[in-house]
Amino acid sequence: MSRQSLAKAHQKIQELSWEPQYHEPYMKYGTDYTFTKAAKKDPLKQVLRSYFPMQEEKDNRVYGASDGAIRGNMFRQVQERWLEWQKLFLSIIPLPEISAARSMPMLFQAVPNPELHNGQAIQMIDEVRHSTIQQNLKRLYMNNYIDPAGFNNTLRNFHSDYCGTIGRQFAEGFITGDAITAASIYLTIVAETAFTNTLFVAMPAEAAANGDYLLPTVFHSVQSDESRHISNGYATLLMALSDEDNRQLLERDLRYAWWNNHRVVDAAIGTFIEYGTKDRRKDRESYAEMWRRWIYDDYYRAYLLPLEKYGLVIPHDLIEESWNQIWNKGYVHEVAQFFATGWLANYWRIDGMTDEDFEWFEYKYPGWYDRYGKWWENYNRLSRPNGHHAIVAEDVDYVYPHRCWTCMVPCLVREDMVVDKVDGQWRTYCHEACRWTDAVAFRPTYQGRDTPNMGKLVGHREWETLYHGWNWADVISDMGFVRDDGKTLTAQPHLDLDPKKMWTLDHMRRMPHVASPNVILNEMSDSEREAFVADYNAQGPAGRPAGAKS
Amino acid sequence: MTTAESSERSVPKPVFTDAEAGAKEFPDSGPSARRYNYFKPAKRKQTHYEDVTVEVQPDPRHYLTQGWIYGFADGSNGYPLTWTKLKAWGVDDPEPVRGPGSGGKPVQNWPAHGWHEFRDPNEEWELTMYRYNANVVRQVTQNVENARTTKAFEQWTPNWTRFVERNVGAWMHIEHILGLYVFAASNRSGPTNMHNTAMAVNSEHKIRFAQDLALYNLTLTEEIEGFDGTAHLEAWNSDAEWQGVRKVTEALTAVNDDWGEMIFATNIIFEPLLGELFRSRLVMQAAAGNGDYVTPTVVGSGEYDYAQRDLRWSQACFGPLTQDREFAEHNKTLMNGWLQNWVPQCLEAARQLQPLWSQPDAKPPRFEDSLDQAKSRFSGILTDLGLETPKELSQ
Repeated sequence: MSRQSLAKAHQKIQELSWEPQYHEPYMKYGTDYTFTKAAKKDPLKQVLRSYFPMQEEKDNRVYGASDGAIRGNMFRQVQERWLEWQKLFLSIIPLPEISAARSMPMLFQAVPNPELHNGQAIQMIDEVRHSTIQQNLKRLYMNNYIDPAGFNNTLRNFHSDYCGTIGRQFAEGFITGDAITAASIYLTIVAETAFTNTLFVAMPAEAAANGDYLLPTVFHSVQSDESRHISNGYATLLMALSDEDNRQLLERDLRYAWWNNHRVVDAAIGTFIEYGTKDRRKDRESYAEMWRRWIYDDYYRAYLLPLEKYGLVIPHDLIEESWNQIWNKGYVHEVAQFFATGWLANYWRIDGMTDEDFEWFEYKYPGWYDRYGKWWENYNRLSRPNGHHAIVAEDVDYVYPHRCWTCMVPCLVREDMVVDKVDGQWRTYCHEACRWTDAVAFRPTYQGRDTPNMGKLVGHREWETLYHGWNWADVISDMGFVRDDGKTLTAQPHLDLDPKKMWTLDHMRRMPHVASPNVILNEMSDSEREAFVADYNAQGPAGRPAGAKS
Repeated sequence: MTTAESSERSVPKPVFTDAEAGAKEFPDSGPSARRYNYFKPAKRKQTHYEDVTVEVQPDPRHYLTQGWIYGFADGSNGYPLTWTKLKAWGVDDPEPVRGPGSGGKPVQNWPAHGWHEFRDPNEEWELTMYRYNANVVRQVTQNVENARTTKAFEQWTPNWTRFVERNVGAWMHIEHILGLYVFAASNRSGPTNMHNTAMAVNSEHKIRFAQDLALYNLTLTEEIEGFDGTAHLEAWNSDAEWQGVRKVTEALTAVNDDWGEMIFATNIIFEPLLGELFRSRLVMQAAAGNGDYVTPTVVGSGEYDYAQRDLRWSQACFGPLTQDREFAEHNKTLMNGWLQNWVPQCLEAARQLQPLWSQPDAKPPRFEDSLDQAKSRFSGILTDLGLETPKELSQ
């Protein structure tokens, strides 16, 4: 940076703000929010003359550390249990990052304040950084970690496996539908301001505890950019709040964005942190403790609550319910159990839990063993092929769950599952909030008000339906989750790389066919469906059949 | 002397796991498994650039087996190929139809359409873009700083000072508008991650150059007595010479729902006929004769962005479309239509700039000669793209 002060330089570049004189820019992306032009200062106060060298310096540190990790044989100390879960995480995250870059021009058009556009453009550049630096980290893991399978084909696997699409909400939700709902409320106000704390701060800390100091190196560097993006979201939110007509939409979007982020991020990051770690020190924070600190205290109490005085209606009930799900209803544990149940439909290896893990879980989550212990013991018992099926096809007191049509995480807290006929189809939802999102929020009218720009939830939202009636061996071949000998599965329910202990397509061939719960649901009569709902709501915890001893 | 007994700190313990490459042999442990295997590289060996960009933006014709999961109100979703009227081979072929029991239907013959063949010849990703732009801002800052300390601005003639404060100043607005409202605006629209990343990087160049000019203007305000740091606003808003260029610049942002036309009209037509005409054939030619060796170094960095990088990716994007195995004629007809629309607008704006050539004391080459050179350069670009020079160029 030259001797000119940053403040002065920033003031000068405001002279670039453009008021069209002959042609207005083409408005491609719509919003139902209304904004009046208001003097709102660019919150980032970033000048590219200082930005580029700053980012280059951050890059130098990241790449220097990468080099050091290889020279210092970091992978001799990395926990395989941890790095295997990174095959899922690092296949998902570059897409949300690049989608965030793509979402910025949606805001240029929706928010008529040229001074804010400068900050949004910087965010666009940051997001290109994040996506490509994360792809590069994954490349480094692939080259240096013992088992490259799963890293080497993540961008195919992520789009076809049975839980990758859940993560895709955290990308498409940023770039589709109402521009403010997507790019401001869902992305910057909730995803970046609240949930990047667990994504990019809590999770890297756990990586370091598992011998991986590259993930913290890259993601803390990324997080140093995120803190600037939070300012972008805040400035837009204040502009939106200044118009009374927006408050109804803000209430709707905060409810949707909060709940969906909770469902998706807590499912994934909670699982990585709790079930991907080997660090079982009793005084290390559990995911629930981290959540309470980073999200409940730092975001909800310190950031959201003060906005109430500006007229923002905060979804207190959903925030408390999210905590209730994590603390009392075992949300993260149920998700981890589901991921492990379908290990064969994934492309990473899932380590079983040991006595040391059991002890830690019981200490952190009293009552854990009674709920989940037996199932994990069965998981270990069935982990090596020995004449039995994979756990999904064995009787271990686990009822394979229905998908939530909205968040696509299955309906794992069985008592909360609701059913509704929407758009001519019977759909299951993991919670009333997800039913509301589909049946009420993502519609062209909301509480009697036209919302013509609101997006739609589309696509083939249950993975199981695509493979209804298929043999498991064919499913896995179709997805491409097979190693280079043409028969050994990429995924395994243990970490033993002895080929004799690894599952193959031959083992899969003998298993019963895949059945889509949603297809079956839609074939039921009304009375059958009512009975099904009553039974489903009586199931659990840990997916136990109704009436089973817990 | 006694030593206080301290309790052991609670920290994670290093554990030898031997989880490094090559530690064991098993299916997929060999070197051939250590490369991204889900895409076909453009050349024999996949590049680092390809590894970090290709397939990050998915395509339902390839692996996106559950399809896009969010849609716009009008039913469109993802990255519709119809967001430009240009076509690449295969785009009219139907997407795989998936549903209950269909399986994933991954496409075996890849690429499924021609858009996926595009690679940015600059191979831009985060590492390259920060290195490049950081080098540029360091060099520009050092040049200006050196000029300041050696009192180089004292050699400027009063007329040249007025020229720079009004006209070089006015150009910053054009770069800014194109950076934000053409290139950044289009980075949501392209059909692949490679297109959209190239547009984002092009946007960075423009926004940075706009700010370079603004901050240079600030330095001149501080260094040259009587230099009016706000004159650029008046020139941009009111000077007759600038209204033609402003009109075209604003029209570029207003292109109706077609990222292809927006980028083509900007980088293929506007830049050589107006951008280079002003930057290279006026400012950089006239400066030295008027005692100014600094401005060309600032403007030259922006010129390098366009001439060596932004034009390059644009040619790699549009050139193959004129020879597309399925839609070459369609694309040529479309591009010729764009040429007929935009060339006259640019030429009219260029002629409105003509009085600027008379303003400096030491005159640059004649306007007509400069324009002829710009036209010649433009014709060369079109030839490289496989397009013919439009008759409108002779106007």
